[in-house]
Amino acid sequence: MNTAWLNFDPVLLWTDALILTLLAGVLVLVWFIRRHEHLRAPWRSVAQRPMAMGSALVLSVFVIIGLLDSLHYREKLPDSLADAPHYSVDVLSVFDAMVGDLRTQQEKTYSEPLAMQLYAKEFVQRDGVAVREYPRLKFGGSHLRHASERVPDITRRSLIGLAQGLAVSLLLFGLLAAWQARRTQNSFGEWFMLWGEGRLDWPGRTVAVIVTLLLMMGGLLIHLAAAYHVFGTDKVGQDVLYISLKSIRTGLVIGTLTTLVTLPLAIGLGIAAGYFRGWIDDVIQYVYTVLNSIPGVLLIAAAVLIVQVYVESNPDLFDTAARRADIRLLALCLIMGVTSWTGLARLLRGESLKLRTLDYVEAARAFGVSHTRIISRHIFPNVFHLVLIAIVLDFSGLVLAEAVLSYVGVGVDPSMHSWGNMINGSRLELAREPVVWWQLGAAFTFMFTLVLAANLFADGVRDAFDPRQGGRQ
Amino acid sequence: MLAYILRRLLYAIPILIGVNLLTFALFFVVNTPDDMARLQLGAKHVTPDAIARWKVEHGYDKPLLLNTRANGSAQFTDTIFFKHSAAMFVFEFGKGDDGRNIGNEIRTRMGPSLAIALPVFVIGLLVNITFALLMVFFRSTYLDLWGVVLCVVLMSISGLFYIIAGQYFISKLWNLLPISGFAGGIDGLRFIVLPVLIGVVAGIGSGARWYRTIFLEEIGKDYVRTARAKGLSEVRVLFRHVLKNGMIPILTGAVVVLPLLFMGSLITESFFGIPGLGSYTIDAIQAQDFAVVRAMVFLGSFLYIVGLILTDISYSWADPRVRLQ
Repeated sequence: MNTAWLNFDPVLLWTDALILTLLAGVLVLVWFIRRHEHLRAPWRSVAQRPMAMGSALVLSVFVIIGLLDSLHYREKLPDSLADAPHYSVDVLSVFDAMVGDLRTQQEKTYSEPLAMQLYAKEFVQRDGVAVREYPRLKFGGSHLRHASERVPDITRRSLIGLAQGLAVSLLLFGLLAAWQARRTQNSFGEWFMLWGEGRLDWPGRTVAVIVTLLLMMGGLLIHLAAAYHVFGTDKVGQDVLYISLKSIRTGLVIGTLTTLVTLPLAIGLGIAAGYFRGWIDDVIQYVYTVLNSIPGVLLIAAAVLIVQVYVESNPDLFDTAARRADIRLLALCLIMGVTSWTGLARLLRGESLKLRTLDYVEAARAFGVSHTRIISRHIFPNVFHLVLIAIVLDFSGLVLAEAVLSYVGVGVDPSMHSWGNMINGSRLELAREPVVWWQLGAAFTFMFTLVLAANLFADGVRDAFDPRQGGRQ
Repeated sequence: MLAYILRRLLYAIPILIGVNLLTFALFFVVNTPDDMARLQLGAKHVTPDAIARWKVEHGYDKPLLLNTRANGSAQFTDTIFFKHSAAMFVFEFGKGDDGRNIGNEIRTRMGPSLAIALPVFVIGLLVNITFALLMVFFRSTYLDLWGVVLCVVLMSISGLFYIIAGQYFISKLWNLLPISGFAGGIDGLRFIVLPVLIGVVAGIGSGARWYRTIFLEEIGKDYVRTARAKGLSEVRVLFRHVLKNGMIPILTGAVVVLPLLFMGSLITESFFGIPGLGSYTIDAIQAQDFAVVRAMVFLGSFLYIVGLILTDISYSWADPRVRLQ
């Protein structure tokens, strides 16, 4: 494709392609589910749970940032010719373009959150005399003339940010109320009463509170980040908020693509083992017992070392650092997928063993329906809820596993932004005197929010889909 | 019973062979000894001579599967597969890159690993069961609801944070316990307390929540209704009936990890500087010491399979309804 007329060069990394495929798959699934009432019912029950809806909203913020960060491109260098353009070696994303200065405003080294000075004293020439003091930051708080202006300025910006967030959320709420009142043919006041008493058919109060909080937080961050480093800067002076936001994509990729790898293995082999029994069952059981018995971390370590050797011996295949880091991320997802499909496969095998003896499956077989058709029409739809529950339950575990693997040194590429790498780097910072705590704090905050939201959402999905939980109070 | 155990043991052999072949393929076929040498020597020192010397030093200079230059049975025994992979079946692990015998290292490092892992396991089990029973006792109340929420919150925190926070607050800020280290005997107790404490706290979230669902499943069964109909108090029902029956899945689920306790925990041991098998493995991964990693893969698989066999036996022991065939 000739892209010379663009002033950028679109870059499609492997993980980008897979994420976009996954997104397309999810959209198709949503479209399919919407058309079938029996599939919609459990989702409606998920939507009625306050905890699940609240966490879904938080998750969606992460997903949007992750998706924006998955559209990559390279900028055209300013001095290049029109017919033979040269592109920068830095691979950027749409998200980078949106946050703008956050990426480029690099300080010299550590600085505290919302600081206007560096964290370490340096010799500075002042009126011809060398003085040892905390030098001013290049960007953080550079508009301030004196240190005494800092706190009032931060307070003012925070209040403006919070107020704007609140205003936007009130506006949205008003629009929603008007639309809902029209739809249900209530008056505005009646709908408001229903909302206030929690008698809507969806958890209106929780959604309103969560959206308001998210918008206020967003307003706060936007206004503060415009003039300060909200979470401080790291050792090389990079904004920690930017690194934390960039890490979202890494976490999401690991949490979702790994499952994407496990699904065909787990579904195909699990159902085949349970449905066909006999030697097929024996072979599949043997394979998963062998894989299961190898300690996961060690298998991942071995595989990552192999990928490293491969990348190093084929440097011409990977032209940018981003591509090298990307192939390692993909390899990590692949190998984590290969080590973690066994649990779901065993579950599906057991379920298929039960299903194959049911009357309607026997009847289908008596009519001479082919195996593929029985599996796709009768077995698979009846185990699908197990697959779905496994996907959402595994997600948070995978995000947490990334941190541990990066700490062990077999996680994502050290040049890639990830919470695991942040935690790994902050070990030495905690041993420093005085302590540098903000990198760890930021990694903790983001990771905890994502994993907690994912866990709460997974609980909601499981309760709605698991028939065993249905009868209980 | 004996015949059953024997058959389970025989069944374990093909699995161990599978593990062995897989590690052989990963470490020698996909990743050839030449690649290993190059990675170990670093970019500067890679010459054909240096690679050849490195391979001789580590005993990787032989053919992979079939040595055509040797005579008789040596054609099969004088190969990388026989010397480095098949030898593991008799626990001959050879030497690591530091020249020490891996078998000896494993024997001396098992103790420290167990000193941490066993208390974490036992205390963790007791604490989790206690919390789970409390939540079940107050089921369908706000106490239970918030208990579950607390469990989810605790689950959502990475294990790394528990360790970092524990070390920072308890050892660095409040100076209550040594930050890391290990010593044998009674003197070593002060080193063990913090890692055990952190290990237990880090496990409460997922453990207590899981046991709660097990107990709740039991509580819906007929024998519980009968016990209540008899007029037994709720406490008695919970402790005499629900706890006893709930223990079957809990204990059999715990048995499978029992042998793996020998392997220790990678993260805990490396943070606390405990000279166990976990820190041994992590050091080997970071130094890319393939011989040690290979040995640990085999040991881990072996212990896992032992755990599987013990699980099967414990099922029949704990629940007489399970027949062994």
